[in-house]
Amino acid sequence: MSSELIRQDDVTIRFAGDSGDGMQLTGTQFTDTTAKVGNDLATFPDFPSEIRAPAGTRAGVSGYQIHFSSSDIYTPGDAPDVLVAMNPAALIINYKDLKPGGIVLVNTGSFTEKDLEKADLKSNPLTDGTLSGFRVIEEDINQRTVEALEGTGLGKKDVLRCKNFYTLGMMYWLFSRPLEPTLEWLQMKFKNKPELAEANSRALKAGYNHGELLRLFQGRYDVPKVDDAPAGTYRNIMGNHALALGLVAGAELAGLKAFLGSYPITPATDILQYMSELKNYDVITCQMEDEIAGICTAIGASFAGRLGMTTTSGPGLALKTEALGLAVITELPLVCVDVQRAGPSTGLPTKVEQADLLQSIFGRNSEAPLPVLACACPADAFDCAVEACRIAVEYMTPVILLSDNYIANGAEPWKLPALEELPRFKVEFVTDPEGYWPYRRDAKLARGWAKPGTPGLMHRIGGLEKDAKTGNVSHDPDNHQLMVETRLQKVMNIRDSIPTPEYFGPPDPDLLVVGWGSPYGAIRSSVEALQRDGKRIGRIHLRHVYPLPHGLAGIFASAKRIVVPELNMGQLARLLTSELPQFKFESIHKVQGKPFFAPELKVHFHRILEETA
Amino acid sequence: MSDVQQLKPKDFKSDQEMRWCPGCGDYSVINGVQAVLADIGVAKENVVMVSGIGCSSRFPYYMDTYGFHGIHGRANAIATGVKVANPELQVWVITGDGDGLSIGGNHMIHSLRRNVDMKIILFNNQIYGLTKGQYSPTSPQGLKTKTTPYGSVDAPFNPVQLALGAGATFVARTMDVQPKHLKEVLAAAAAHKGSAFVEVWQNCVIFNDGAFKGWTEKAVRDELTVNLEAGKPMVYGKDQAKGLKVQDMTVKVVPAAEATVWDPTVASAAPAFLMSQLDNDPAMPRPFGVLRTVAAPTLDELVADQVGAVTGKRGPGTLKDLLYTPDCWQVD
Ligand code: SF4
Repeated sequence: MSSELIRQDDVTIRFAGDSGDGMQLTGTQFTDTTAKVGNDLATFPDFPSEIRAPAGTRAGVSGYQIHFSSSDIYTPGDAPDVLVAMNPAALIINYKDLKPGGIVLVNTGSFTEKDLEKADLKSNPLTDGTLSGFRVIEEDINQRTVEALEGTGLGKKDVLRCKNFYTLGMMYWLFSRPLEPTLEWLQMKFKNKPELAEANSRALKAGYNHGELLRLFQGRYDVPKVDDAPAGTYRNIMGNHALALGLVAGAELAGLKAFLGSYPITPATDILQYMSELKNYDVITCQMEDEIAGICTAIGASFAGRLGMTTTSGPGLALKTEALGLAVITELPLVCVDVQRAGPSTGLPTKVEQADLLQSIFGRNSEAPLPVLACACPADAFDCAVEACRIAVEYMTPVILLSDNYIANGAEPWKLPALEELPRFKVEFVTDPEGYWPYRRDAKLARGWAKPGTPGLMHRIGGLEKDAKTGNVSHDPDNHQLMVETRLQKVMNIRDSIPTPEYFGPPDPDLLVVGWGSPYGAIRSSVEALQRDGKRIGRIHLRHVYPLPHGLAGIFASAKRIVVPELNMGQLARLLTSELPQFKFESIHKVQGKPFFAPELKVHFHRILEETA
Repeated sequence: MSDVQQLKPKDFKSDQEMRWCPGCGDYSVINGVQAVLADIGVAKENVVMVSGIGCSSRFPYYMDTYGFHGIHGRANAIATGVKVANPELQVWVITGDGDGLSIGGNHMIHSLRRNVDMKIILFNNQIYGLTKGQYSPTSPQGLKTKTTPYGSVDAPFNPVQLALGAGATFVARTMDVQPKHLKEVLAAAAAHKGSAFVEVWQNCVIFNDGAFKGWTEKAVRDELTVNLEAGKPMVYGKDQAKGLKVQDMTVKVVPAAEATVWDPTVASAAPAFLMSQLDNDPAMPRPFGVLRTVAAPTLDELVADQVGAVTGKRGPGTLKDLLYTPDCWQVD
């Protein structure tokens, strides 16, 4: 007997369990299937930084949140509608985030005395009233999985490993998702271990049927696909993956071969991993001995005529500082990606923050200007990576591209660009010795790129200041002044190649929200909600944070008040204040290792709007 | 790339005036490199000289080849990028005891273990010259410098031992005051496919003059140095009368006729390491020449082969393949 479908347009589920419970996999499978169903979605994985905190403890809880909808969405959701808790620790650290009246699915198989003790619980939250106000569904998922896999011949440990697929099956039933995409994935994943493919498939189907037969849930939901999604080809993508694809595409669009010199660091490592798979795109990746070697090999590769790239996170960016200055003075193209995480120092390696902005713009010795870009969301990471490559080769400069933990590990459907619409910026190497000198510049002030192996163009560049004309080492005071000013002017000229950010909102708003980086989604959701309520609020998003694009003053002048929400202590606000001192920028800052949520921003904006009224 | 004409050493000189102190050992090394490049007939445009920071690191500016003057300690990493990006280039690393063994020690050992095809000349003068006289990681214990006014208490590195330990496929030692030997060793390094590590004893006339005098001066050189030549007995001393014999894992002084024949090509690095240990015994001669030269695949060729193999298997990737993967779906 099939339950009746209750239509719901917007759902947020959080899967939570021990790091060993496979919640990230459960979440990504649910995500991939949901993308194929045609919902818009956004995800946010939240895992512990300890590789293996003791099993069952609060420190070991790993979570994965997915927000999916029948209309466009920009954030991984705020308060979940459903919490899946595989053990007491997962329950206790997550239940408070649930919406009032939300559903909690609890795996009672992991609620023994010992389990409660590991989670530091004196009493059982299932019986002590903790969960009053929620719809609690208790199920011994361990036991159900064991029953479902009877006769497979697998050992008890292997059987219990399948419990996440049992749980996934229940969720598929509850939200009317098809099983096929996951079943196909299992066949592929366990090609060489058919017994595991079979066991997990059985667990998945059993969980699904269990939802159907036992009427555990009071109803079953349907989240119809997005109707007005623009036509095109879509792909579900994570931020780090999109960024890697963008770097490879960027090199290709420049007519160059990519070279990535890198060093593993959370949360940037995936980019190195993805690019290492793409050798048939003429991509060279070198995992070097440290961060400095990563960027220095990339600089060497650029000198030799490839497009040098390096990827890192905040602490690694600090180590690359001196080499970035070398790339500035040698005026070689280089893309340096910083997937920001919470700091300072090692900080909170798996948590989000946007606090490397000023480090990126100013964090080098002496006058060493370079352009800085930031991506807004996973799909935007592709476009930004391509744009970073464009700026690097067109202006012969290192570029820092900022992403963050939230974008890196988040996923969303990505409408693929039509190939012919991608920008082309093919590099022309200098080959003619006639009138060549190393710092001969074009109208944009970019110097010519002559690569070793080219007859007649032998030249020497390096970290010492060079004569503007001959390219020889020069200690001349006027020459140094000229070179410093020229390098700065060159970077400023990049403004001529970037658009003024689009303004979204009513004319002359009471409040203008200026965002950069990953708060994009929460800002957009909250501003649009207030706009629907008739509030005079508008927003812009800055992709190019340095140099700032032309035309901002005109936008700022139209607003009564300007606010800048950031996951730091107000770094963009500080930059804007120094660049455009005629305006007052108010800062909303948050440094909790967590993203902004739309409702909290809405409260902030609402308060300011009230004051303005 | 142009046809290789017969170039002379002076063709490799840039128009820049060399600014090392008069009498500095660096002049001898640059002459040797220019002579070797002319001899091997490499085209100027295919040579890249990469350096770090220090007196010797000005070297690329004085060469009419491609050159990259890097930052302190990072020459090996920069050169690795150059070579892997374009394996056709002949890459030389110019570094010193401070640059290559102190701040750049990590890159040094890792580039050696990876066997990147590049020639590394380590100018060892046992002092920081550019910063005007502080002790370096090769300064002997007791050396008085500006930062060790009461004598250095640090134990020094032995550069060839370090290179051997890091798995270098070519390790040699020579000295500035013997240009002929220097040129032979550099020629052997240039001919080696893989990381070739050459320690040059280089005299800093200003801040550490005579550091090697106790071995390199004519009066003592014969007795206190031994030139290791492949296929020849290890003989030294006045009239080449003494020999070295490897026995029971030690090196003994014997009459020349009983000397062991030197073979730097054996798979094991043990004999080379054993010879390098002679440095620790004041009664023994210090070894020069090629201590080790063995064939092994180079990083640049392995990287290129892998790119070739994956491309052969999967076919050359296009933008379309990159983006439009089988897990895409269509919205109409
Ligand atoms: S300071 Fe010493 S090493 Fe440096 S150039 Fe002068 S003599 Fe040569």
